Amino acid sequence: MGRYLLRRLLQLVPVFIGTTFLIYWLVWSVPGDPFAGKCGDRRCPDTYINFMTEKYQLDQSIWVQYATYMKNLFQGDFGVTYNNRAVGDIIATAYPNTLKLAVVALAIEAIIGLSAGVLTGLRRNGFLDNLVLVSTLFLIALPVFVIGFILQWLLGVKWGIVDPTVSSEMRFSELLLPGFVLGSASMAYVARVARTSIAENRRADYVRTAIAKGLPMRRVVGVHLLRNSLIPVVTLLGTDLGALMGGAIVTEGIFSINGIGRAVLRAIVTKESATVVSIVVVLVLVYLLMNLLVDLLYAALDPRIRYE
Amino acid sequence: MRVSKRASGAIALGAAFALVASGCSSSDDGGDAGNSADGAITVDGTEPENPLVPANTTETGGGKIIDWMWTGLVEYPNDGGAPRNALAESIETADSKVYKIKIKQDTKFHDGTVVKAKNFVDAWNWGAHSPNGAQNSSFFADIQGFEDVNTSDPDGADGPQKAPEPKAKEMSGLKVVDDWNFEVTLTAPTAVFPTKLGYSTFMPLPDAFFAGKAEDFGKKPIGNGPVKFVSWENNVSIKLTRFDDYQLRDKMKIKDVNVKISQDDTAVYSELVSNNIDFQQQVPVSALAGDKWKQDLGERAVSSVAPVTGIIAFPIYDKRFTDPKLRRAVSLSINRQEITDKIFFGNRKPADSWANPLAPGAAPGNCTACQFQVDEAKKLLAEAGGFSGEMVFYYNADASHKEWMEAVAQQVKTNLGINARAEGVPTFAVFRQNINAHKMKGPYRAGWQQDYPDVENWVNPLYVTGGSSNDGLYTNKQVDALAKEAGAAPSLDASHAKFAEAVKLIDADAPSIPVYFSGQQSGHSEKIKKMELTNVGELDITTVEL
Repeated sequence: MGRYLLRRLLQLVPVFIGTTFLIYWLVWSVPGDPFAGKCGDRRCPDTYINFMTEKYQLDQSIWVQYATYMKNLFQGDFGVTYNNRAVGDIIATAYPNTLKLAVVALAIEAIIGLSAGVLTGLRRNGFLDNLVLVSTLFLIALPVFVIGFILQWLLGVKWGIVDPTVSSEMRFSELLLPGFVLGSASMAYVARVARTSIAENRRADYVRTAIAKGLPMRRVVGVHLLRNSLIPVVTLLGTDLGALMGGAIVTEGIFSINGIGRAVLRAIVTKESATVVSIVVVLVLVYLLMNLLVDLLYAALDPRIRYE
Repeated sequence: MRVSKRASGAIALGAAFALVASGCSSSDDGGDAGNSADGAITVDGTEPENPLVPANTTETGGGKIIDWMWTGLVEYPNDGGAPRNALAESIETADSKVYKIKIKQDTKFHDGTVVKAKNFVDAWNWGAHSPNGAQNSSFFADIQGFEDVNTSDPDGADGPQKAPEPKAKEMSGLKVVDDWNFEVTLTAPTAVFPTKLGYSTFMPLPDAFFAGKAEDFGKKPIGNGPVKFVSWENNVSIKLTRFDDYQLRDKMKIKDVNVKISQDDTAVYSELVSNNIDFQQQVPVSALAGDKWKQDLGERAVSSVAPVTGIIAFPIYDKRFTDPKLRRAVSLSINRQEITDKIFFGNRKPADSWANPLAPGAAPGNCTACQFQVDEAKKLLAEAGGFSGEMVFYYNADASHKEWMEAVAQQVKTNLGINARAEGVPTFAVFRQNINAHKMKGPYRAGWQQDYPDVENWVNPLYVTGGSSNDGLYTNKQVDALAKEAGAAPSLDASHAKFAEAVKLIDADAPSIPVYFSGQQSGHSEKIKKMELTNVGELDITTVEL
């Protein structure tokens, strides 16, 4: 177990360097001088363009730029944006917001998706099963922004039940609606995967044995059935946290949440390599660590899986 | 303070009932002085792209904050007319070349220091000094000694060579006489110079600015205007509050202004409709279709004209576009009315003059090339010898220009039989880079927002040889001569008369095609009882009453 963990952690190093360079190179190769369009429809003075190009070392080769960036990164300096704000500050304010949103979304999708999946898996072909089938189809078919706009307009503008957008305090109650929107598609998948998995395992030998030895139904479902059926669901949920954080751009836009999606979009448009890479680096780390966590959880859930 | 939505909804409903019952309208009776005095508003904004330094801000996100935080020598009335003195006591000149400027005594910066003549002179010298890399440095080019402080790069910004270090740090044309007087000498007579002084580049800077780094100052700017800076949280908000020591005309009637930074205008619009934000300068395109915004906002909808013209410019450095007859033919074949009606839902107006009609010295309807005359266009095209090959209209595809540019290309194709089409350049940065490098291969989208209200601002930068935004390299010696005479004219009226002559020549040459005048569709919350927009369409926060 210890060796496995160490090996996985060491694997993070090349992945980390590879992704950061790839992203740096991608942003670098976006065509256009980042400062040429800064003055609107008026041409920017050459003195301004030169000043900024030199200040941000954009006249150097990509290798020099990347090396400087990495050197500063390891000293804890994420660089500065073109309007001279520390990227570290932007990450420090934006990340917790996105994380909060993603965790709320994850919680909603886990609770609703899992209960819907278990209920329908146990009682297949009933009214509830059909209802869940239709509503999950609906959620999967609709793009996130459609659900977002409709719910925002209905609940926020038309009926005035909630604020249409999230305030900068990011209160938990305000995040329920955006969290639901963000998690809606995954929620549908969780429900479906859980349903199939439960339905399949219900006919497994160990479940029949458990019922035959006279265990109460609650224990059969809660311990024997659920634990084994959870593996695909946990995989889905675990990798989803990363996907939710990365995919929050649209939801953050609709509900005006100051998260990383917004920050990274702004940075891509203005070609701020330091900002894009720094934000994505942290995102990549979340992905990698969540994947590791999921793999470790398998062992806890399924006694047949052992790592060495 | 945030009231729960249900509760405030009930209050609004009650208020609406009261209004109906008493039969009066809420729009004209102004605000309640008591409400206003401690009142706060939240307005829509975007993250400033640069540190907040006046000479280094050209975009609206930061420009708005600068405009609110500073008061210049002159100010532009909200109705778009001629400027009047603000911080200046008097601006005198005998020859339009040497200006004696006297400022009002004992006005203060937000840090408590007094605004003196040297704060202007130092600020202008800083803005012009090329190693400081200010975006607006070219505005100081009128002043004597500008070449000594601002050196240009011998091979352009993309070339390997660097600009030589400037000889001097101060322009010889600026001279401090005493605390309240200074003298400006220009390289050539420029009658419009006093008008320019209200533009944000010419704002004074406090001593604290020169003590530290400009970029640090830009994080916590110190101005001299009706509001002062409180805080700036990245991508979240910029907070401003009333400056109680402010002594000039436009004092604040409310206390706090909170600029909420957002990127998605439809989200802001939802907040506006539900009264969670107090002002949005431009409602999203999605709300314009079928006048939805007017139904949503009712009396809170504010429609105004912005001094912005949508233009299609010709790359005159390309041999195919040197013939004025061809350019005029293209211009005459465009049905502007149809474009503004069908594509902009009547929210923009067809352009019919070269300058914004509200600018002093401008003559409405003086663009004969802006008419829609297909027969005349065909005749001119025949005289020009036709146009062979493809005429591609370029636009930047990262903003909503596709529809109208395609409509223009289609009209040129249908009406003149030229093989025309529109093509998007992916980003504005690439688009702008090609324009700067004079590499455009067909007519391209441009736009012009006036910096200061005068016809000069619509002629010199755009159509005079070497003008700062004459990107198509149009050149006409007579226009240059007339513009020069206009600058040297003894009075603004005489200057405007000369510019009118120059515009006639420009009209005949059609170096570009004015297509539409921009309109602006804003909205405010129920909380705001009275407000005005500035001449460039920003919210004038000093007029807001609650």
